[in-house]
Amino acid sequence: MFSRAYKAAVTLPPLVWVTVFLLVPYGLMFCYSFWSVSESQTIVHSWNLANYRQLLKVDVYWQTLLRSMWIAARVTIFSLLMGYPLAYFLSFYAGRRKDLLYQLVIIPLWVSYLVRAYAWKTILGSDGVLNTLLQYVHLTRHPLEFLLYSPFAVVLTLTHIYTPFAFLPIYAALEHIPRNLVEASHDLGATPGQTFWKVIFPLSIPGVAAGATFAFVLSLGDFLAPLLLGGPSGIMISNVVVSLFGAAYNWPLGAAISLCMLVLVVSLLFFSERLEKKWSFS
Amino acid sequence: MELLVSDANFASGSRWLLFHAVAVFAFLYLPIAVLILYSFNREGVGGFPPRHLTLDWYRTLFADGPIWDSVLNSLQVAFAAMVISLTFGVPAALALDRAQFPGKAVFRRLVLLPLILPGIITGLSLLMLFNGMGTKLSLMTIVLGHGTALISVATTEVFAGLQKLDRAQEEASLDLGANYWQTFWRITVPNLKLPIIGAALLIFTLSMDEIAVSFFLIGRDNTLPLEIWGRLRRGITPEINAVSTIIFGFSLVAIVLWYRLRVRGEGAIEGGSK
Repeated sequence: MFSRAYKAAVTLPPLVWVTVFLLVPYGLMFCYSFWSVSESQTIVHSWNLANYRQLLKVDVYWQTLLRSMWIAARVTIFSLLMGYPLAYFLSFYAGRRKDLLYQLVIIPLWVSYLVRAYAWKTILGSDGVLNTLLQYVHLTRHPLEFLLYSPFAVVLTLTHIYTPFAFLPIYAALEHIPRNLVEASHDLGATPGQTFWKVIFPLSIPGVAAGATFAFVLSLGDFLAPLLLGGPSGIMISNVVVSLFGAAYNWPLGAAISLCMLVLVVSLLFFSERLEKKWSFS
Repeated sequence: MELLVSDANFASGSRWLLFHAVAVFAFLYLPIAVLILYSFNREGVGGFPPRHLTLDWYRTLFADGPIWDSVLNSLQVAFAAMVISLTFGVPAALALDRAQFPGKAVFRRLVLLPLILPGIITGLSLLMLFNGMGTKLSLMTIVLGHGTALISVATTEVFAGLQKLDRAQEEASLDLGANYWQTFWRITVPNLKLPIIGAALLIFTLSMDEIAVSFFLIGRDNTLPLEIWGRLRRGITPEINAVSTIIFGFSLVAIVLWYRLRVRGEGAIEGGSK
């Protein structure tokens, strides 16, 4: 029913815009990653693999990448441990309060990411709320220094930020499970544990995959929480990229690292999508 | 708390789940509670218990020129980004729903990518583009960055709306002699009112809060998150708590309004179909 002109009119403008402002920039990033910087701080447009070789050779780059992946993995696990039982509780036990509680999970997302990271800083600092509270009730005599400027602080803050992101797709998946499947499992004599592990959990795997991908990818690329709360031991790969694009002025090397992140992220999305398709209920 | 409990085993399991849920909510709300409480604390952002509750930090905030300049900048950026995202995001959703063209799958992925991609990659790749074109960084470059990244939000929301849309009305409109332009504005858009308003609100809020992309595209003028970021690096005062508390208040009002709108809208749709 839609004419060729209509289809062209709705397709071409977004296609052109997305090409100019997304595809071309990613392409530029790809090109930059093969260029280099001269002594006089100008970009040399000669193609070589020096940046990638440096990535593999210089310990600090791949070690920081591995550490960032480890931080992101912990954030993912903790977000799932927070988000899954909460989603399960809301979907199966909250009754009439379901909608209200759902809104309560969403509301923290409306408080600026930066402001929540900052709030954790005021809680965890050596003069912060937690340390002064512990001393006030005489549990500790000196401030606990490991709380702030550590990977612990980064993992805690990012878990706080990404728990709702993990929760949302899991909750959506649980809500889509037909309730008569659960009843049938009951009626056929399965215990609640069996019903959960054999019926409910497998059907929620697409949601878990989506939630885990969100939490992992977004925390992997974070550079503000580590700057604010991480200290020297909490530095992540994006902080390295930021400094390469700033003070260190080596855009090509920065682009190479960004491109590695991009490839990692896109392949994760690809696998998560396959997993979601394979396990989705239809 | 009343729970739908069917037998004893479920009851013990659900009690454990209830404790867990309470703990997670405490974890999610603790920083927000601390943030609001210490915006009234004369002694600063740390220190337990909070003493000498005061409104001084709000007074300081209202007299603080640079903060309000940055709020104004953020509002302008968010509005402009919203216009760009909707202008290209709504047709993109229509294209994905109705047109077949080579590279459609790639196009879909490309549009949605910024939604899940860490902001640093979007920000840096656009920085390279603007640098290559010789564009000076300013609020305009941030608008282009937000507008482009948030097309994904407009497209997802509107595409979901299109799946529920009955095409018969559009067909009837075309059969009765209206052209595509008239049909779009009189039939398609009114039917997609809720997803479009929802997307607009979401884009506006996300842009107001965005920092990772803006971080790389900033010129001389700050947006609010970047102004706050600059201050955090110089040392922290409850003034930041105060401005965050006010913004949180506005966000809550926006959520309630949106929620009412949606409930009313859904009621109307259900009422209409009976």
